Parts: sequence; structure tokens; C-alpha cells
Amino acid sequence: MGGAMEQEGLTFDGNLFRRPAEGTLCMAIDGEWLAGNLPLSLQAVDAEFAAVPTIRLIFETGCLGRWDSGLLTFLIKLKEFCNEKGVTFDDGNLPDGARRLLALAAAVPMRPDGHEGNARQPFLERVADHAISSWHTVIEMTSFLGEVSVACGRMMTGKARFRRSELVTIMQECGAQALPIVSLISLLVGLILAFVGAVQLAMFGAQIYVASLVGIAIVRVMGAIMTGIIMAGRTGAAFAARLGTMQVNEEIDALATLGISPVEHLVLPRILALVVMMPLLCLYADLMGILGGLIVGVFMLDLNVTEYLTMTQKAVRLRYFWIGLFHSAVFGVLVALAGCMRGIQCGRSASAVGDATTSAVVTGIVSIIVATAVITVVCNILGI
Amino acid sequence: MSPPVITPSPIISESFQGETAILVNNLTMAYGDRVILRDITFTVNRGDIFIIMGGSGCGKSTLLRHLIGLQQPATGEVIYDSVDFWNLPPDERQRRMRRFGVLYQSGALWSSMTLAENIALPLEEYTALSRAEIADLVSFKLALVGLAGFGGYYPSEISGGMKKRAGLARAMALDPDILFFDEPSAGLDPISSRRLDDLIIELRDSLGATVVIVSHELPSIFAIGTNSVFLDAGTRTMIASGDPRRLLAESDDPLVHSFLTRGATGQSDNKHTPVGGSSS
Repeated sequence: MGGAMEQEGLTFDGNLFRRPAEGTLCMAIDGEWLAGNLPLSLQAVDAEFAAVPTIRLIFETGCLGRWDSGLLTFLIKLKEFCNEKGVTFDDGNLPDGARRLLALAAAVPMRPDGHEGNARQPFLERVADHAISSWHTVIEMTSFLGEVSVACGRMMTGKARFRRSELVTIMQECGAQALPIVSLISLLVGLILAFVGAVQLAMFGAQIYVASLVGIAIVRVMGAIMTGIIMAGRTGAAFAARLGTMQVNEEIDALATLGISPVEHLVLPRILALVVMMPLLCLYADLMGILGGLIVGVFMLDLNVTEYLTMTQKAVRLRYFWIGLFHSAVFGVLVALAGCMRGIQCGRSASAVGDATTSAVVTGIVSIIVATAVITVVCNILGI
Repeated sequence: MSPPVITPSPIISESFQGETAILVNNLTMAYGDRVILRDITFTVNRGDIFIIMGGSGCGKSTLLRHLIGLQQPATGEVIYDSVDFWNLPPDERQRRMRRFGVLYQSGALWSSMTLAENIALPLEEYTALSRAEIADLVSFKLALVGLAGFGGYYPSEISGGMKKRAGLARAMALDPDILFFDEPSAGLDPISSRRLDDLIIELRDSLGATVVIVSHELPSIFAIGTNSVFLDAGTRTMIASGDPRRLLAESDDPLVHSFLTRGATGQSDNKHTPVGGSSS
């Protein structure tokens, strides 16, 4: 760039720089100045400053072609460079638009408390931040559980207010509409249990005990666990996303300012719906699981249908059903609490809704497993 | 040597005043069978600050969506540079859309990214600039909208007015030819709204860009609008066009007059029939 040109008596002989007067450097900005393809760097200007003492930098732009923000970022850096070197930056000959944009960019000074990037915190500070944040989470969780307990107390005394029609809708969403996925998963779990058991039991000629294995495992705990996990992924996530979006849209604030308790209005019906629907889904899952075992028993082990069902009936005690249903009711509460809590605590952005949903599913599944362990130990102690 | 720019940045030029930037020809917009607006025809000249105005629900934002390539018209043409935008192959249409800068009503910043990352994304996607060059451009764009030093902030950490300005910085990332604004003053206090108006004028003058604004904020319309079109929900078409101040002085249409005088007198007279929602 920078071919010889003549402008108002200034001559550039194949050079971008000229010295019209002592201490003054005239720089020719000609040709195209596009971001990523600038014809000149600050080093060239630095070299020119170093060659001859300079107190003022002026520009010639008579042959300037196309230009974009690349020229402006160059000029901003050049201006800062001139300030460092004590050289006066005279933008008088720059295009009008460029001068105005430079003035606009310099109009509001850099905010002193602004941060350009995410500076990495020291290790101890990060540990402390995590500890404080975990403590706040515990307080928030306790506070939420407290609010839910109060709301449940009010419901018991008939004082809680929520829309009955919404309860019915939620029950339909988390009950009837979940049947296809519960059917598929439970049937397959029954099939898998029976198949794995059959391989081992066949070695002893005890294939008939597949019915007992599948019946007891499914009815006592597996049906409830599988339903719980399905509902944590399906309904718990939906609760968190729904309430989180309501938080983003300030719908929850709108309820609160009307004096309507968001916990009573939004959380209670969801807990109620899951507490009612989960045992029903669990019962259905039990039946589907036994059906899965039956399919393996009949088609793979050549067992008779009546024989299989009679064996199942003998092995499965009624109390196993109650234990399974108790598990599922507890899981219903846990999944609903996890989903609603993460939704209510959601931040006010799209990414916060995503975080809330993920957190609801993780919290739901972890609490299901922990609760299963606790209930199993308690049942063992009680001998049931 | 930096790698060359794959998609050349749009060029800032100051010698195009009077040329046609957008020609909308007999445009009809519909959702399925439901017609929203019909027979819309107007011209936006380069360097204009063109206002799309009308009452609530008249289809202003819908028209904007047709201009920026988000929604296909039922019939009619949207012509940029003598080419019917909606007749272009999808790839070519996408390329042209990069020449638009759009500021959405809420700012529409990506919440999982910092302001700097929001502005850098289009540059990373469509240019081969180095990280350092992108960082320089991001700082420059933020400085232009008065947010120098805020690059590391997330959208959730700044105010509504700042979100709009950051959204404007992102809209300008690729040095667009045409800037579209969807209700830029909505939700802003009068001082912030005035500052944003001044910024729009300054950017139009210095960048030489064409500006299209959807608005029903009368102070802004009169302060910055150089040309306009008035849409009516009742008749589902445009009922006036021209300089908003001239429309105020000369329009005989009672709906246009009612809409514009209410703002001009600065009264908040609730006895007036709400405008824009009924047939004139």
C-alpha cells in the first residue's frame, strides 16, 4: 500500500510517512482499511517516532478507500500509543464519520469497577465461596421445606388455597400421560431381571424360581424405583422448568404481590398430584414388570402361564406391595419437592432455567436412591 | 500477517444518501389463513431513520420479522439492492442477513455469555479475525455504546437500559448496512430513552447506516424519525406514510391525527378512544 500520491502539495514518495514540518509526522491512510487486513501496524509508527523526534501526528486520507471498524480500532490504539509517547494526536484530517465514532467511543470513560474478563480467583477464595454458597443452599432448602410444611399444615386444616382444576390437570399430566413410558420401562426391566435370573437358575434346573425373583424384586422395590426415576426425569424436570420460567417472567412475583402464597398455589398441588399418582403408577409398573418376567418364563423357559402366576402369587406377600407403594409415595414427595424447589429458586435467565432443570433431576434421583437405602435398612431392622 | 476476512466486513461509506435501501412492494403477511397486514408498499432510503408505527397489535413487529428474514410473506416482495430478498436461495439469504443488525425489544442477549462473548460470537462465526483483533473490535463496540469496561459482565448483572445498549453493540458487530430496532425505548426511563435516541442518530450519521425502528413512542418518533409508515389494525394495512412531523401537520386521517397529536400535546387524556385497535 502507499503508492506515491500528491495531495494539497503533500508528496508521499512510496512511503506512508512524511515530515511536513519539524516535529510533525504526517501519516497517509490510503487504500483499503478492513479488519483483519490492515496495511500498517503500530510497530511501523513506533519505528518512525524512533527515527526522528516527533511531537505531533497528523493524517492524510485523500486516497482512503473502503474502511470499517478495523481502521477505528487501529486509530484508538494509535491514539493511546501517541499519549504514551507524548505525541499530539491530531485527527483533524480523518473522515468525518471516523472522527465522530472515535469521539463517541471516548465519550464514556472506562468504568473503574468494570471487569473485562473473568479473573481467576485464588484457591482459598474459591473454596470459601463454595462453602458459603453451600451453606446458603442448605438455608434455602430448609427454608423451602419449612414453607412447604406450613402450607401442608394449612391444607390439613382446610386453609390452603390453590386451584382444584390445576391439581386435576397436573394429575393428568404426571399420571395418565406417563403411562406409555412407565409401561415400556417396567416391561423391559421385568424382562431383563427374568432373563438374567433365568441364565443362573437354569444351571440348577430351578427356572420356576424366576417367577419369585421377578415378583419380589419388582413389587418390593424395583417397580417403585424405576417409576421414581422416570418421574424425576419426566415430571420433576417439567416442574422445575415450568416454575423456573414463571420466575423468569416474574409470574411468581405477581402471585406474591397479590398476597397469594406461591408455595400453596404452585407447590402444594404438584406435591399432592405426585403423592397420589406415584403409587398408582407404581402398581401399574409392578404389573408390567411381572408381565415382562412372564414373557421370558413362557417363551424362553417353557413355563406354563398358570404355573408362573401361581409361583408369583406364592412368593409375593401382600406386605411387599405395601412396602413398594410406601416407597413410591415417598419418591413422589421427593421428586415433587426437588422439582418445585429448584424451580422456585431459579435465577432470572434462560441458562438459570436449564440449571434448575438439571439440578431438579439430579436432586430427585439422588434423593430417591438415598431414601431407598434408608427404607431398606429400616425394613430390615423391623424385620419386614 | 492476519488471515484475510472470509466475509468482508460491510463498508462504511458516506456517499449513498438518497439511494433506496429497502423497497417493500405489495407485501401481505399472514399466519395461515389469518391475514395480519395486506398491500404494504413503501421505500426506505439509505441514511433514513425509518419508523414503523401504529397502535398495539397492528402488526409492526410482524412487519419487522418479514424485513429481517424471520418470517416469509404470503405475497409481495422485500427488495434489497434490487433483489427480492425472499426469492433468494436460502444460503444467499443468510449471507444478506449478516448485513442486518437487529436490536430486539428485550436486548435478547445470550444469557450464558458475557457481553464481550455476545459481541464476539458473530465475529467468530463469520470472520477469520484473530482473537486479539476480535477483542479490539469488541472493546470498540462496547465503547461506542458507552459500556467500556463491561465486557466481562453477564446480561443478568446489568440494567435493562444497559442490556439494550449491549444488544446494540452486538447488532453492530459486523458493521451492518441496516440497523433494525424493535421498540428500542420500551421499558426505558425518559432520560435513557433520549440517550438511546441520540446514540441512534449519532451512529446513523457516523456509520452511515440506514435505521428502521418499530415504535409507538411519540417523543422518539418525532425526535429522530425522518420517514415513516403508519399501520392500522382495523383495516390491516398502511394508512399513511412520510415524515412523522409532516404527517402530524398534514394528515387528514383521524386515526393518524389522533395517534400523533396525543403525543405532540403531551397530554394523557384518558377520554380519547384508544387508537390503533379499531377501524378508522
